[in-house]
Amino acid sequence: MAQFNLPPNSVIGKGKTYYAGAGAKNVRRFQIYRWDPDSGENPRMDTYEVDLAACGPMILDALLKIKNEVDPTLAFRRSCREGVCGSCAMNIDGTNTLACTKAIGDVAGEVKIYPLPHMAVVKDLVPDLTHFYAQYASIKPWLQSATPPPERERLQSKEDRAKLDGLYECILCACCSTSCPSYWWNGERYLGPSILLQAYRWIVDSRDEFTGERLDDLEDPFRLYRCHTIMNCTKTCPKSLNPAKAIAEIKKLMVERR
Amino acid sequence: MSNAYQLIEHNYDVVVVGAGGAGLRATFGMAQKGLKTACLTKVFPTRSHTVAAQGGMSAALGNMGQDLWQWHMYDTVKGSDWLGDQDAIEYMCREAMPAVIELEHYGVPFSRTEEGKIYQRPFGGMTTNYGEGTAQRTCAAADRTGHAILHTLYQQALRHDAEFFIEYFALDLIMDDSGACRGVVAWDLAEGTLHLFRAHQTVLATGGYGRSYFSATSAHTCTGDGNGMVLRAGLPLQDMEFTQFHPTGIYGSGCLMTEGCRGEGGYLTNSNGDRFMERYAPNAKDLASRDVVSRSMTIEIREGRGVGEHKDHIYLHLEHLGADVINERLPGIAETARIFAGVDVTKEPAPVLPTVHYNMGGIPTNYHGEVVVLKDGNPDTVIPGLMAIGEAACVSVHGANRLGSNSLLDIVVFGRAAAIRCAELVRPNSAHPATPQPAVDKILARFDGLRNAKGENPTAGLRMRMQRTMQNHAAVFRTGESMAEGIKLLEEVHAGFDHIGVTDRSLVWNSDLVETLELDNLLGCAMVSIKSAINRPESRGAHAREDYPDRDDEGWMKHTLAWLGPKSEVTIDYRPVHTYTLTNEVDYIPPKKRTY
Repeated sequence: MAQFNLPPNSVIGKGKTYYAGAGAKNVRRFQIYRWDPDSGENPRMDTYEVDLAACGPMILDALLKIKNEVDPTLAFRRSCREGVCGSCAMNIDGTNTLACTKAIGDVAGEVKIYPLPHMAVVKDLVPDLTHFYAQYASIKPWLQSATPPPERERLQSKEDRAKLDGLYECILCACCSTSCPSYWWNGERYLGPSILLQAYRWIVDSRDEFTGERLDDLEDPFRLYRCHTIMNCTKTCPKSLNPAKAIAEIKKLMVERR
Repeated sequence: MSNAYQLIEHNYDVVVVGAGGAGLRATFGMAQKGLKTACLTKVFPTRSHTVAAQGGMSAALGNMGQDLWQWHMYDTVKGSDWLGDQDAIEYMCREAMPAVIELEHYGVPFSRTEEGKIYQRPFGGMTTNYGEGTAQRTCAAADRTGHAILHTLYQQALRHDAEFFIEYFALDLIMDDSGACRGVVAWDLAEGTLHLFRAHQTVLATGGYGRSYFSATSAHTCTGDGNGMVLRAGLPLQDMEFTQFHPTGIYGSGCLMTEGCRGEGGYLTNSNGDRFMERYAPNAKDLASRDVVSRSMTIEIREGRGVGEHKDHIYLHLEHLGADVINERLPGIAETARIFAGVDVTKEPAPVLPTVHYNMGGIPTNYHGEVVVLKDGNPDTVIPGLMAIGEAACVSVHGANRLGSNSLLDIVVFGRAAAIRCAELVRPNSAHPATPQPAVDKILARFDGLRNAKGENPTAGLRMRMQRTMQNHAAVFRTGESMAEGIKLLEEVHAGFDHIGVTDRSLVWNSDLVETLELDNLLGCAMVSIKSAINRPESRGAHAREDYPDRDDEGWMKHTLAWLGPKSEVTIDYRPVHTYTLTNEVDYIPPKKRTY
């Protein structure tokens, strides 16, 4: 039987532990993935004890408290802190989500935090999303039409506009794509749930006139059909969107136009 | 020392710093016009804070009843408490209609009327017929309009193959001896390298500095980076005393609950259950402009009529609107209230508090986006090579108080205006003059000094002291006494920055150092803000002095200019308000008493 080993430089070691002070009232332990590209060392898991009595309710609050008060070298992305910018996507307690909208109280026991899975790591909790963004650009995510626009707005019925609900709200956090085993294996060529949801957002927009071309571009064993309806995407989406359904709708359109 | 860092050099016609709504609109506008354009941004474009704008973008389309851009202009002038420049306001309100139509053509998923037109909702201070009725002027994509617009603008930038430098942190402007801007030096976080960008025009689109306060609706990244760079370049900022408090930030977290909540029929109550806004603004009630509502709420709380255990906040009611309206028009804030206040807005009120939201002040510009300064008696002297747009700029279209939904308008209109201006000013691919080496050396020395700072004051501690000082001493209501105390505390923080300590010495994604550079920018903004505030002995718009409760048009209908010296000393001068319009199609609107 074949044996598989991780390359030596990706074995995660045990890191430092930072203890809460003596006066701490409600201590929770956070295990956080650390990797410094300059150090030449393997990644490690550092443990931070945080007094929840002096911390905000969200995972992001704990990360900020650690960075502000214990270890300023910890690197992670954050911006809006209200679940709309998509910066602080990471793997928390085994699930990809946004640190800013994930309550500490919803995690039992030690809180384990890793970067988004299966992406190259830049540092600590900061993944390299360059390829993900390039895939986004590849679907031409803008309104395409051959008809010159009218002087005023294009008219769109409320019903047609409602078809965009559940799609346009995507914040490109990459939680879904990086939760998808098929994207893990074939991410170079499979577009993944987030980008396909975005593709469907334009396919279904009544104002867009390039539906056929968009479907042509997706008609490919890898770009679209590596979706095997595993549904991790829908389960993990921090905005409660349903990328799996969007992909299914694209597949349906592919069948219908044959 | 400068030899220690290898600078990677780039030549562009235009460099835009920042990729929020204004920066993106400018960037692809420039690219469309054939200018070689680079957009540097410290976050991926769709992470910019424009994404968090909720309620909408104003434009007198008249989709939901008669409307005129002249009415919009009147409301904006009145909202500004007559500190806005009326030529610029005319430009913005006229350009609003084509701007929003253009966005629709780009694909923004606006909500729709029964006829399929863009849906428009009422917003604070937006009236018909010069204050008589309520206008429905704010174009909305549910309550995620900023998200919809920002993503669309990024998509347009992709369509036009704009060049981005993502997660590049701009360090400082390269100013030459003649006072012209020659470009910018930036730090690439992913690679840990430093870059010199030469540009014929450098456009600052870096947003506001809400994070100089402890509680703000602003993102962590709203740190006034462009403003900080301008101050270090020896240029002034304008009207920095005017900080907008949004009436409805969620109590505790400070997350925004859009003014569209009240636009759709929501209202505020105190601990007696009274709709108190009826007393303060008999006509507009809950849709008075933001400064008025925030002051009214603060008075209610002060007089013991706040709600909650500590009687320190106010209730915002939406439950009477019904779940259908909330789900269709306010789904995002329903989600935010659930997550951050544990409240189901279809059943119970949300706890809210006036929260720092927007900076009316910023880098002084004309309506083309060119940075201007008072020089040799000319208050409109253009700084060659430097432009500013969006919240970073002070055009001034918002004067002493911005109306809700005029900000998304501002970024799109002036982003576009900057692109038009650059196309007039810059010959594509023209040669760059020699870069002034001493200026570059100084930038690198500052970077290296902070990177290796070994002082006893960690960044986070100083930042907290600054934020608490601004929160307590430059609040909704101000007094000379409290501000003087605040200035003393802030000067201590400033002195503490000389002994700052940075822990991380690396160059790749060293966010300890990023936050330190951001703190330097914030501190400059905070200092000129509070010192401009103590210098203005009147109440106007968002600047409410308890010791000077009246507006003083004789003495103070003028823009404050504030320069920051190395020892945190602030020098103040003034620019006149533009008391003229752009064209003869509309008359100057003379000041009068401002009531809602």
